[in-house]
Parts: sequence; structure tokens; C-alpha cells
Amino acid sequence: MNREVDLLVTTSPQIHHPDSTAKIMWTVVICLVPAGIWGVFLFGGKALLVIISSIVSALVTEFIIAKLLKRFTVLDGSAFLTGLLVGYNMPPGVPLYIPAIASIFAIAVVKWTFGGLGANWMNPALAGRVFVFFSWTGSMTNWRVPRFLTTHVDGVTMASPLGFIKAGLYDFTGTSPGPIAFLKAGGYPLSALDQSVTNWINTSVLNPLGASLKGGYVDLFLGIVPGCIGEVSALLLLLGTVYLFIKKIITWEIPVSYLFVFGLLIWIFGGLRFNNGLFTGDVMFNFFTGGLILGVFYMATDMVTSPLTTKGKLIFGAGAGFMTFLIRVYGSFPEGVSLAIIFMNIFVPLINKYTKPVRFGVSPRGGGK
Amino acid sequence: MILGLCPALAVTNSAVNALTMGIAVIFVLTGSNAIVSLIRNIVPKQVRIATYIVIIATFVTMVDLFLKAYYLELSKALGPYVPLIVVNCVILGRAETFASKNKIGLSFIDALGIGAGFTITLVVPGGIREILGMRTFFGIPVLGESFKPWVVMLLPPGAFVTLGFMLGAKNLIDQKIAERKRTANMESRIKLSA
Repeated sequence: MNREVDLLVTTSPQIHHPDSTAKIMWTVVICLVPAGIWGVFLFGGKALLVIISSIVSALVTEFIIAKLLKRFTVLDGSAFLTGLLVGYNMPPGVPLYIPAIASIFAIAVVKWTFGGLGANWMNPALAGRVFVFFSWTGSMTNWRVPRFLTTHVDGVTMASPLGFIKAGLYDFTGTSPGPIAFLKAGGYPLSALDQSVTNWINTSVLNPLGASLKGGYVDLFLGIVPGCIGEVSALLLLLGTVYLFIKKIITWEIPVSYLFVFGLLIWIFGGLRFNNGLFTGDVMFNFFTGGLILGVFYMATDMVTSPLTTKGKLIFGAGAGFMTFLIRVYGSFPEGVSLAIIFMNIFVPLINKYTKPVRFGVSPRGGGK
Repeated sequence: MILGLCPALAVTNSAVNALTMGIAVIFVLTGSNAIVSLIRNIVPKQVRIATYIVIIATFVTMVDLFLKAYYLELSKALGPYVPLIVVNCVILGRAETFASKNKIGLSFIDALGIGAGFTITLVVPGGIREILGMRTFFGIPVLGESFKPWVVMLLPPGAFVTLGFMLGAKNLIDQKIAERKRTANMESRIKLSA
């Protein structure tokens, strides 16, 4: 069955954009590379194998299906990007068949059953990740200890910061000033780098201003924590994001509304589970842990599965922020970014419908005679 | 064709559950169709739906109590879905559209056919989900130890994905049949004109 190409005839203004799909996709891939190199460096060669496994499966699946439909789409970069994102969302020690199945599911079921790139309503990489997450939850939450941590031994696993806190708070009755202090009280290791950088920041910048930074944030920001391969380093992901903004591949609406709503809710209610009052949540900790940065800038902003208008994007981001907060703080899983984004993907057609701009010459109330 | 597949999400997580559900539906369907067909001329039109429901509920209660008495484990696994056959639209649908207009023999055969089709539509996804989700088929291991079960197939999303692919396959077959008919028509027309 050949899909007919709809040739749409419109009146001016006709907008032409110089960027092709392939160019956009490969730019995003380039922006993601530093964070991946960091992940491989932290967790060892096994992490590289996981990423390669997911990319190769994504490309092979894309090639076979496109071949069956007599189309050629392997080089448009979208399958490569999907594979890369699947790999980045895997724990480094995961058995290799899991990223492969996640990629195959992402490309074959989530993307091509709906008609290929542009027709899928759900972010393929995230759907693939969630599919394998619920199938092999054990393997998918098996975090390796990264390089630089004092307890680093090759191949040994430990809890991620969010998982550690979720498990620790399960029957927690005392009080704790916040997540960083909670981790410290639980004996969670820090790197030597963190201590020296924190000291340097405190003595040279913050102390003269009368403030001080607790140990731990530097590890989170640089990514010296156990986690998925590509999500740990907030710094490198943010560097890539700056380039995406310069190239105007992503717009500000979704990240800003996502982070604003999430941060606001964490600030107001995040302290409650440490048995503190309102307005004591640790926003910085929650921004730099888990997959938030990767999810907000690289997956929530996916062009296919996010709304078209400014207003719609703001609603989308706010909803995803709200859901992430709910799942992270009150859900049974430590991390909720991927589920929150998928949840909001479902609403995209509805959001598009209600935020459609009024055509010129037509009254907003439907009159316009 | 997906009419009455409401229990499909819940009971197709294993082949045994799906088969039990299918047999229960066959029993209820044949029973109610036969009775409805027998009394079709003496039931006043205004109260016919209520009458059908009472008849269906009788058979459903019989199945439910039978399962509870002899196969407690299965009954527990199926949960509320056996009693819920009462509200399954397939059964009322057949009573209304077929049994109330046809003789008992025909109604009985219609119920058997529909019931068998329903059972197949439950057992196929049930089997697929059981094999992928638990490595077994009717409780017998069919895949080796090295196969790590896809737990997600046992959860509702697994049912949606499986049913989606089954419907896709059905549409493809329908399309092929329609195409073949069209070409056959064309050929016969060409022959006639020639």
C-alpha cells in the first residue's frame, strides 16, 4: 500500500523553512553526544555497548519496515535519534537485549504502526523505555556506581539518589532538612571532586555574600551519580541545549513552563515528605536528579508529539511538570519524567484543538459575516 | 467486530482464563438465545429487553456458581468478569437482533457460531500474551529458560497492543479479500464484453 502524498494548495503567506528533517535530527544528535561520552566515561565500556545496541536495533528496524513500505527513511536521522535516546535512558548495566527490544518497540510499534515519522502521537524513545521498564523493572533499576565516587568498584551497583530517597522515606517518621541532608544521613557517598569544588565555591564566591553551598549539588550537576547513561550530566545536557536554542530547534515555551510548574510545586510541597512545612522543597536537587533535564529539553520538546501553538506548548509543559511532580513525590516510582511526558503526549491533539488560532477575518465567537 | 470485547483486556492474560471465559460465554449465549427464541412470540414488545436480561442473568448466575463450586482458582482469576457477562452487549445483541426473530434451531446455531468466534478472539490474544508474558501456553512451558518474560504483556497495555495488531491483521485480510473480489468482478466483466 503506497501512501499518497497530499499536495496542499494554499494562499499566501507561504512559509518556507530551510531546515530539513535530517538536518534538525542530526543537530540534536550532535548536541546529545557530549552527555553520552560522559556517561560512557563514568560507567565504562558496557554503557557504550548499550547505546550501540539500541541505535543499531532502531536503524535495522527502521530500514526493514521502510523497505517493506517501499520508502527510504534510514538516513533522515530520526531513527538514529530515537535509538540514541533509548540508549541514554537505559541503566549502564542493563542486559543488551533490553535496549534492543525497546528500540524495536519504539520504531515498529510506536512510530510505524501509526504511519511513520510525523504520524506517531507518542514519543517513540520514551514509549520504548516505558515498555521495557514495566517488563524488566529489576534490570531497569539496577544502577552502577560511577567513577569518582568513593565506593566505586567496577560493576558494583547502588541506589540512585531518587530511588534511595523514595525507599528511605517509605516509613520515615523523623524530620530532615531536605533531600541532600537525607542522603548524607543515610551514608550516601560523594566524590572528592564534589568536596573540593564545593569548598572552592564557598570560600571564593558564596561566603563573602554570606551564603554557603552544601556538599552534593556539584556531583548532581556534573553527573557523578548513578543513573541512566545519558541523563546524569546536567551540565553537558544544558550545553547541548544552549546550541539547540541558538539554532532555534527548540523553543522556550515547553522547557520554561515545565520547569516553572515543577519547581514551584516542589518548592511548595516538596518539603512535606521530609516532615517539614510548606515552601521548604529543594528545587535545585530535583532539577538536577533523574532524567529531568534530558526529558525537558530533548524529549518533551519533540516536534511531532508536542502542541503547535505557544499557548498549547505552555499548557503541555505545565501539565508535564505537574505530572512529574505528582509521580516523583507521591507515586510509587522514584522517577516520573518519562511517564509524565507520555501522559501529556496523549493530550496533544486535544490541546491543539482548543488552542487553534482564530483565522483572520473570522470573529472569535464564530460569527464573522 | 469488536462488539462485546470489553472483558478482553482483563481475561486474556492467559490462555486458560480466555478459554474459560469463552466457554462461559458460549453457554450463556446458546442458553439465552434458545430461550429467547422459544418465547419470542409471547413476550410483549415493551418489556422484551427486561425479559432478555432476566434470562441472560439466570444463565450467567449458573455459570458463575458452577465455576465457584468446581474451579475456585479459575473463578478467582476471572474475578468479576464472569458476572459481568450479563452486561456484555454481544449476548443482548444476538438476543435482540437474531433470536427474537428466528426459530430455535437457527438461534442455537447462531449462538454457537458467535460464541465460538468470541472464544477464538479471546484465546488468540490470551495465548500470545501468556507466551510472551509468562513463557507458557495453557500452563505448559513453551519457551526456554533463557527467554526473559515480557511482564508488560500481562498488563492492560499488552492487551491493547495485541488486540491492535489483531485488528490490523483482520483489516489487511478484509482488504485483500475486497481487492480479489474487485479483480474477479473486472475479469468476469471483461469476459462478458469479449
